Amino acid sequence: MKKDNIIPWAVKAAAGIAMILLWIKLPVIMTGAVSLGLLWAIMVLGVFITYRVLDIADLTVEGTIVLGASVAARMITAGFNPFLATGMAFISGLAAGLITGILHTKLRIPALLSGILTLTALYSINLRVMGRPNTPLLPFKVPSVFTPFEKFNLPPSVPSLIVGVVLLAALVALLYWFFGTELGSAVRATGSNPNMVRAQGINTSAMIILGLMLSNGLVGLAGALIAQHQTFADITMGMGSIVIGLASLIIGEVLFGTKSFKNTLISVIFGAVVYRVIIAVVIKLGLAANDLKLFVSATVTLALTLPMAQANLRTLVKSLKRPERR
Amino acid sequence: MLRVENIFKTFNAGTVNEKTALNGVSLHLKEGEFVSVIGGNGAGKSTLLSAVAGVYGVDSGSISIDGRDVTRLPEYKRAQFIGRVFQDPMMGTAAGMGIEENLAIARRRGERRGLRWGVSNAEREEYREKLAAFDLGLENRLTGKVGLLSGGQRQALTLIMATLKRPKLLLLDEHTAALDPKTAARVLDLSEQIVKSNNLTTMMVTHNMRDAIAHGDRLVMLYDGKIIIDISGEEKKNLTTKDLLDLFEKASGSGEADGNLLLG
Repeated sequence: MKKDNIIPWAVKAAAGIAMILLWIKLPVIMTGAVSLGLLWAIMVLGVFITYRVLDIADLTVEGTIVLGASVAARMITAGFNPFLATGMAFISGLAAGLITGILHTKLRIPALLSGILTLTALYSINLRVMGRPNTPLLPFKVPSVFTPFEKFNLPPSVPSLIVGVVLLAALVALLYWFFGTELGSAVRATGSNPNMVRAQGINTSAMIILGLMLSNGLVGLAGALIAQHQTFADITMGMGSIVIGLASLIIGEVLFGTKSFKNTLISVIFGAVVYRVIIAVVIKLGLAANDLKLFVSATVTLALTLPMAQANLRTLVKSLKRPERR
Repeated sequence: MLRVENIFKTFNAGTVNEKTALNGVSLHLKEGEFVSVIGGNGAGKSTLLSAVAGVYGVDSGSISIDGRDVTRLPEYKRAQFIGRVFQDPMMGTAAGMGIEENLAIARRRGERRGLRWGVSNAEREEYREKLAAFDLGLENRLTGKVGLLSGGQRQALTLIMATLKRPKLLLLDEHTAALDPKTAARVLDLSEQIVKSNNLTTMMVTHNMRDAIAHGDRLVMLYDGKIIIDISGEEKKNLTTKDLLDLFEKASGSGEADGNLLLG
């Protein structure tokens, strides 16, 4: 199904040049879009773990991203170190994944519904954590993980860019390592063929729970960073995040390939960045922000049906090339 | 090695679809014994194998392997004793992963999986030799995805995986039924070769009488969830399909030699 040559290299090169031109023309918007994309890419790595590795569509993400933001916002405003607060956001994400994992594997609730149950519960929990629907995190009033960069007097969004690049490099290395270990292989095999995995003496429930925890941990971490980047945590900020995650994932896979595990990890990060750039461009072109979710949903639908359309097109072209066979 | 004591299994109990699949089955296997299990559709042969493997629990009775009672042990824990090959060639391997990755997972069957690297260089060499010995043409495709292999290759790989770490019990569940005759014969020969050379205690389910007669040193026939024929030793060696059909008619009390029992 997944082909690496879906997009010819010439198109890729053109897209690359377009990106560079855009960056020259709209440096502030582009830097903002790319840095936001990098922070969202952390969430997309989480979505990749569930959607691709475990083969589960996990909706917990929508609640976890807010949970991470809420935990970080509450702790930072209470005077805790922002790095500690961001770490706690990661741990809170692990917990959310654990809940969904238990609902799914131990209580045998379908994965999709387990995610919805946790996400719904998280709405109340997130309000409890923050104590209100919105918490501002204004720079110069409260510290953030970006505060250490203030003394360098960088242009806006550049600190996020740096933090994003460094963190993603570390995360890709860590994930690549983990999924190469015995334990990580077992998690991957569980997503590929649970029957085989059980026959080889692996507890599939434990592997699914582990994968869901890891995924949601990353999503929580992303939530905390996004909140600090946009200078507020909001109860609605998770809405549509699973669709954003899938959009980024598919864009990344289609544009940058899935040749190997490492390749795919890097692809989905680029996918998240490209997604943000596309959004920035369409808004710049005049799309009303309120219509954004409609636009995103339509794009993802299109992207999900692309492989099918591609296959149909290929058979059509083949049949046209060899009419004598028909 | 294996002691199955009077096990019962009923599916959908209390509904119109109630089906007694195992109706008091007892079977003892000695170390190194290779038994073929034969029976028509719905006779309970696959249910018996699944019950031994722990895919589902039994309603009553007990199962023990090498003296250890495993009746209540979940499937994944029983796997430390059992190697399995399934009817569906897709079931035994992870399609999205490489050949060596699949082998590495199988090599650690029943062991704790930690944060050591999934496939070591030393074992990679071992796999290459092993695959070369079976002449499947896979020894130079170690990193290739299993999903790209043919059904026969996948089944042969599953067989190697099931025995990579010596199992106390090998379960073959109609593992050649989904293959074309030529490939089926090759996989069967490979099974025989592996079982003999490792002296494995083996249960092979088949619905092909000829295969059941040709392979194994004992033959068990199931009918309506019960063992109705159990032949071993010299008698098994000299068995013909005609003998088997006669035995079946006598034991089951039915004139029609079940149409599901393929003569192959």
